Amino acid sequence: MQSNTENDLECIQVKRHFGSVRAVDNVSFEIPKGSFFSILGPSGCGKTTLMRMIAGFEQPTSGDIRIKGQSVVGTPPNRRNVKMVFQHLALFPMMNVYENIAYGLRCAGASKEVIRTKVHDVLERISLPDVAGREITQLSGGQKQRIAIARCMVLDPDVLLLDEPLGALDLKLREAMKIELKLLQHQFDTTFVYITHDQSEALVMSDNVAIMNEGKFVQIGTPQELYHKPAAAFVAGFVGDTNRWSGRVSRVEGTIVEVETGAGLTMRGSVRGSGGVPSVGDAVNAFVRPEFITAERSDGKAGKVDANQNVIEGKIDSILFNGANSRVLVRDQAGELIEADVVLTGGTQDLKPKDHVTLSWSAEQTMSFAV
Amino acid sequence: MMQKDIKRLSLILLFAPFALWIVLLIILPHVGMLFISLREKVAPRVYEFGFSNYVNFFTEPIYWNTLLRTGSMSLLVTVLALLLGFPIAYYIAKIAGNRTRGALFLMCLIPLWVSDLIRAFGWILLLRETGVISSSLQWAGLIDAPIEFLYNDATVIMGLVYTVILFMIVPLVSTLDGMDNAMIEAGYNLGGNGPTVLRRIIIPYAMPGIVSGCIVVFMLTAGSYLTPILLGGKNSSWFTEQIYDQFITRYNWESGAAFGFVLLAFTSLVIWIGLKLSGQTLNSTVARS
Repeated sequence: MQSNTENDLECIQVKRHFGSVRAVDNVSFEIPKGSFFSILGPSGCGKTTLMRMIAGFEQPTSGDIRIKGQSVVGTPPNRRNVKMVFQHLALFPMMNVYENIAYGLRCAGASKEVIRTKVHDVLERISLPDVAGREITQLSGGQKQRIAIARCMVLDPDVLLLDEPLGALDLKLREAMKIELKLLQHQFDTTFVYITHDQSEALVMSDNVAIMNEGKFVQIGTPQELYHKPAAAFVAGFVGDTNRWSGRVSRVEGTIVEVETGAGLTMRGSVRGSGGVPSVGDAVNAFVRPEFITAERSDGKAGKVDANQNVIEGKIDSILFNGANSRVLVRDQAGELIEADVVLTGGTQDLKPKDHVTLSWSAEQTMSFAV
Repeated sequence: MMQKDIKRLSLILLFAPFALWIVLLIILPHVGMLFISLREKVAPRVYEFGFSNYVNFFTEPIYWNTLLRTGSMSLLVTVLALLLGFPIAYYIAKIAGNRTRGALFLMCLIPLWVSDLIRAFGWILLLRETGVISSSLQWAGLIDAPIEFLYNDATVIMGLVYTVILFMIVPLVSTLDGMDNAMIEAGYNLGGNGPTVLRRIIIPYAMPGIVSGCIVVFMLTAGSYLTPILLGGKNSSWFTEQIYDQFITRYNWESGAAFGFVLLAFTSLVIWIGLKLSGQTLNSTVARS
């Protein structure tokens, strides 16, 4: 393997087994300098183990981890220039803010003046210049977050690891911190590796996201790629909301397949994933995102506009009002519930429960994966 | 109205045992002792108010030397108990798995099931001239003549550390248990090596536990009677022995009571100094353990 010094962090076929459990199984990736990289996966997928291996708290069973091209396997955690923001931040409660930030510099043997200028500098950069003398318990959740980041950034790390640091915050603050983290990453121009199970955090902040499941990386890509071009059924189902059907192929036309679902619905879909084009009779999973389904009140003149358009009739079961992200739940003739995004203006033209609607979406948006 | 009365009554009833205990067993006897310590015997059955019992203590070097000796040996015992207890507590709280933790804690508790007296005699059995250690050393050919291990200061200190170390381990385990492991990892992650993490993170965090353990251990040691007497013999010159002598041998209750209060004042002073030096308050340490 070529090691590239342009990459801040590289993992090469990293494995970590606990007995017969493969917590991390053959994970390889590289993160270019100064980017925001997220590892997204459900709990228990091995992302925390991977992070702990990068930080040095766990040793990989096999494989190599390189920071700036240098292998760090065997280097103790305190000698790696990888800093970590812990899930519950792990700020030292017996020290005040200044001492917390100065701790790492003291360990590195910096002089008093250097420590003072650096601490004040970093507090300035996270726009909390006046909190140096405060105790940790006197800080708000968002301030603690920023101090935890400052405590790492003051040491100029090659890579900053963040282990779901927003998990403990309330929704409003979490939304604000997402933007703030992204800005801080730009400002410090350091590689951030962000671990989360919350897809909106990963999608909003990251340059690249790796989707992890059962110890393996399923797909690495930009948030747009993962959302619109998922490489596997797991990604399609995990990232974003989807309607999901499982069924069998009843006809194949090039890359378009006709799928008959278990409940008896027939729809046309485009073949995705690496499995190749399935043949008639194969089991497939089809995913359609709610925003690609249009719901209109049935007016009797229904008819296929386009051969590749799926059109079905249904009755609105309920309306999930959520401002701009409002949704309707439509029960089709087969009795299944389908979610579709709608615009509700508050006027008389809005869809109401029990309305008969026509749902339509294109075959292109029906992502079909061979099982 | 009825509700309020019932509430008040139940509060009084709940509080009563505690109040009775404090008043009858702690405050009343001490007030009585204080009263006794402040009277002077001028003739048989004739007493006068005065401080002569306390003055006696300070004018007779043997008394305050014994107190200083007891105090310094108790401090030594406290330090040794801390040095030995901290690694044990750290192992139980941070390194041992969930299941071994319970077993280890139980193993620390088991010696408490046997009375102090029996344990002291156990030591005597091991350490006396004809005891297990002396005879096995002779049998192994390492020594020619039997050795008496009892009746010296080292044995007294060892015996005391053995009796009190549990009271050091328990508060330490409970404070260390409350420490998030991530904090130790953060200490390493930010560049600290083992000694730095211990000195700058673990010890400051455990400070309330350390101080409360030290207070309990020091109090128990300075006030202990059995272990110094049995392991140190008549030469142990422990201050409690002095008090016992005044009360029982010399039947001088006035002086004995005064000595008791001197011991109380002395240990309180030492603890106050300890709290000041460690920057802790009695509140923070007691609340923690």
